[in-house]
Amino acid sequence: MSVVTLARNTGYAFGENRLTLVAAIILALLALCAIFGPYIAPYDPLVTSATTKLARPSALHPFGTDALGRDILSRVIVATRLDLGMAVSAVALSFVVGLALGALAGYFGGWTDRIIGRAMDTIMAFPLFVLAMGIVVALGNSVANIIIATMIINLPFYCRFARAEVNVRRELGYIEAARMGGNGALRVLLNHIVPNILPPMMVQASLNMGWAILNAAGLSFIGLGVRPPTPEWGIMVSEGASYIISGEWWAFMFPGAALVLAVFSFNMLGDGLRDLLDPRKRV
Amino acid sequence: MAFVWKRLLGTIPSLIGVVVLTFFISHALPGDPAAYFAGPAANAASIENIRATLGLDRPLPVQFVRYIGDLAQGNLGRSLTTGQPVLTDLLERLPASLELSSFALLFAIIIAIPMGVWAATRINGGVDHACRALVTVSAAFPTFFVGLLFVYIFYFLLGWAPQPLGRLNEIAYSPPPHFTGAYTIDALIAGDWPVLRASLAQLILPAISLGLFALAPIARITRAAMLEALGSDFIRTARASGLPVRKILMTYAFRNVLLPVSSVLGMVFSFLLGSNVLIEQVFGWQGVGAYAVSAVIASDYAAVQGFVLMMAVLYVLLNLAVDIFATLVDPRVRFEG
Repeated sequence: MSVVTLARNTGYAFGENRLTLVAAIILALLALCAIFGPYIAPYDPLVTSATTKLARPSALHPFGTDALGRDILSRVIVATRLDLGMAVSAVALSFVVGLALGALAGYFGGWTDRIIGRAMDTIMAFPLFVLAMGIVVALGNSVANIIIATMIINLPFYCRFARAEVNVRRELGYIEAARMGGNGALRVLLNHIVPNILPPMMVQASLNMGWAILNAAGLSFIGLGVRPPTPEWGIMVSEGASYIISGEWWAFMFPGAALVLAVFSFNMLGDGLRDLLDPRKRV
Repeated sequence: MAFVWKRLLGTIPSLIGVVVLTFFISHALPGDPAAYFAGPAANAASIENIRATLGLDRPLPVQFVRYIGDLAQGNLGRSLTTGQPVLTDLLERLPASLELSSFALLFAIIIAIPMGVWAATRINGGVDHACRALVTVSAAFPTFFVGLLFVYIFYFLLGWAPQPLGRLNEIAYSPPPHFTGAYTIDALIAGDWPVLRASLAQLILPAISLGLFALAPIARITRAAMLEALGSDFIRTARASGLPVRKILMTYAFRNVLLPVSSVLGMVFSFLLGSNVLIEQVFGWQGVGAYAVSAVIASDYAAVQGFVLMMAVLYVLLNLAVDIFATLVDPRVRFEG
């Protein structure tokens, strides 16, 4: 695909589907928050204040303050980096590991395929969120381990996808030709097969991002990984939950809305990307 | 029947995989259970001591054999927080979780299937749009956030729902005599209408917030399968022969929906069992999920591992049930297996 075609197709995808454009803009804003969060935030996200506990949203505090008087807007902005960071690293890791395992299984078949396939089936035999909980508890309660757990429960999808794609291509003429030309297995895989399966894998990854965010936030909602007072959307929702029954809605609503916005945008962008790369799969 | 046996045997590798992975998670990963059991005040010597009593200083294969032996006797270890055997704790709380999940699933199926059928018969109609919106929303909203939103709207703003504090307001009502462990069913058996009402009132919000997320995939797959069936030759023939629409939809087309729906149920169960944890936490529902969360917070190692194992075994069994159901509704599956 030449650059011009790509640009034209991108223009087409955005023009055709306004939601994709909106999603891309929201994600760009979220990325800005993730990078410059601490500089944009109007207040220090960790500074507590005894005089402004649970203040309603106002001009001073557009999202209100939480039970310790911290500014919720600032905390939501600063949390972006951690939330997106966890999801992006988990997805990137499962992308790379899943691609490698799936490509090996699909290319070599036989025992390699059977062992890798069985390992993936075993992961899929668990309710995935429950498995992630178990992994984080066993590895130790930290943000890095949330990323590892999210990576593991995402792994089977990438691995199976890559395996199927490699399997189809293995017998194609140009791969035969590359092998006949004296290229080793690794070289054929890396230079001739993997570049061809990257685009569909990328679509898979962007569709998967939203789910990864939800999983990581769910884990921190039940008290895994992120420790207070670190600002993170899941843990902020959980802290705000105690004040719902007395009507202080802002403490849980705004971090929750940030989560929804991020996940929604990733899903829309993923759909848009899929339309761009493979218009046939449109529904 | 032969197929059912074959499928039963087929669950054995899954169960072995589950046990091996659970063992691996609890014994071979770098986290140190001995340090957990010893508690925060322990020194190196007492941790070493506990390691020896738990057999954690032995080689992994020896530990594995011991682990299998314990499992065979139903010994999942002892919970640090409750002081009871983990299995006892889990079995005590399981009915509450199953009650919640079953009601959620029931709600989802009752709404999703008619919705999907309706959407397929009137493409781009109101129900079709609602169906699509629901799929988008359920993919973007965290379950726990939806649960909390419902509490805010239906408890705080509208006052329709009771306070989200568990399965029954135990000050006003006493739990029904224990029979199945599910309050609604026990109250029904005892004929205790006020308790039945009260426990249903507690159940509705959590069941709906959990069920909404199971609803979306079922409705989507029903719609797709129904569309495919309606476009096929035998439906065209039936239409051309002048059969009534009702008969075409319900007798001819709808049967083709059951198989795809049963295949999506596996994913739905994985989701339900996982999200149960979050919803129970939100609504103070005293099930296994809430138990696991408090175990997580207290670093109650054995309890969490027992919970993970139990959920995995339950999930394998549910998938088995779904497969058997699939062979009953569609004989073709038997030959493919």
